[in-house]
Amino acid sequence: MLDHHAWQAVWLTLELATLTTVLLLLVATPLAWWLSQTRSRWRAPISAVVTLPLVLPPTVLGFYLLVLMGPQGPLGQLTLALGWGTLSFTFTGLLIGSIIFSLPFAVQPIQHAFESIGARPLEAAATLRASPLDAFFSVALPLARPGLLTAAILSFAHTVGEFGVVLMIGGNIPGKTRVVSTQIYGHVEAMEYAQAHWLAGGMVAFSFVVLLCLSLLKRNGASVMR
Amino acid sequence: MKPVAAVLMAGLFLSAPLQAAELSVAVAANFTAPMQKIAAAFEKETGHKLALSFGSTGKFYAQIKNGAPFEVLFAADDETPARLEREGEGVAGTRFTYAIGKLVLWSKQPGLVDDKGEVLRTGSFERIALADPKLAPYGAAAMQTLTQLGLADALSSKFVQGENIGQTYQFVATQNAPLGFVALSQVYAEGRLTEGSAWMVPETLYEPIRQDALILAKGKDNTAAAELMRYLQGDAAKAVIRSYGYGL
Repeated sequence: MLDHHAWQAVWLTLELATLTTVLLLLVATPLAWWLSQTRSRWRAPISAVVTLPLVLPPTVLGFYLLVLMGPQGPLGQLTLALGWGTLSFTFTGLLIGSIIFSLPFAVQPIQHAFESIGARPLEAAATLRASPLDAFFSVALPLARPGLLTAAILSFAHTVGEFGVVLMIGGNIPGKTRVVSTQIYGHVEAMEYAQAHWLAGGMVAFSFVVLLCLSLLKRNGASVMR
Repeated sequence: MKPVAAVLMAGLFLSAPLQAAELSVAVAANFTAPMQKIAAAFEKETGHKLALSFGSTGKFYAQIKNGAPFEVLFAADDETPARLEREGEGVAGTRFTYAIGKLVLWSKQPGLVDDKGEVLRTGSFERIALADPKLAPYGAAAMQTLTQLGLADALSSKFVQGENIGQTYQFVATQNAPLGFVALSQVYAEGRLTEGSAWMVPETLYEPIRQDALILAKGKDNTAAAELMRYLQGDAAKAVIRSYGYGL
């Protein structure tokens, strides 16, 4: 069964996934809104950058993050100058890595939701003298609720399943950076297959439930919109 | 080149591939560079073709147990080949030690590590990298060294662990960890340190890191397998292995 270390990893994974999801929604929502409304020539390149983590192999992303966060990297020099030390091998470092890694999974559903609203509801709000900010909060955001939910679920699940990035910048420290996926990997490499099965089985069950929720949500998406 | 010589040369090259075979070889990641060099010489000399796969020994074990097509294994330890032989996955009596890994405490920064390892006692660093002692022989050796020095507990809060020795090297090379225990073969070429500062850990402080090779069940009838094992024990291969900082 699961021992103390395994539970520690499970708890840490849930903490990481929850924080990542909350922060991602705060970052991704304005970004998705801008991408859905703007006609700027920066739209295409920024959209491409946001999608990049989807394409890059996680070990590549992790390696760049490691270099970036190191004492010679720009981010590392910034955090050192601020007296925070370097971010690699810390929970904060993992959090930043996870946010970057799951960014497209949060931005894209929200952006699609905003785009599918169309211009008319917002024009109607404008004719009723709603300010753009007011229109965003009282019209666009409620209408985009299914997209926000999808984004939250995908970000959470994707962070739980994250492996390559954590492996590269984590340093496998119990209670700080050792999450379920790296714990499973360690068990498999050490040929402790029984322990690996318990954790991996739990992960399969968890992922199935998440994806089930997602597809049920999508089917009811129309009624949520109404 | 004269026509006669050309014909003779062609004859030489043609005669070798008559018994040329293809051989699938699994090689421990830490032995990548020397193996590539040795393989090129071996192929030239025998006409056989080697398909080299580099990876972690633990992963190779799982793959071999589940039908991977490897015919020879060059492991990073001596336990895995012994276990495979016991479990009937290898050809009995073919196992031998092809290299002995050496441990080094290394920093990319010149002057940070002194040649007696005193820096470990000062503790004047925030992090120290080592390979996961459970997974990697070099990690286990690093742990034995620290235990022998009586520093394992004092430094444990500063540990950052790589899942293998390659990743551990990366942590130190990118200076995310100021120093760490890596394989001498990673920071050593042509008989000297390539950069930074290092302490060669005395071999009295850790058990020898024996790296064993084994012919696997799938390679039993492949003549190239036995030839490769013999070649690795020859002087040419040994010279290459030593030049990368391994003992023999």
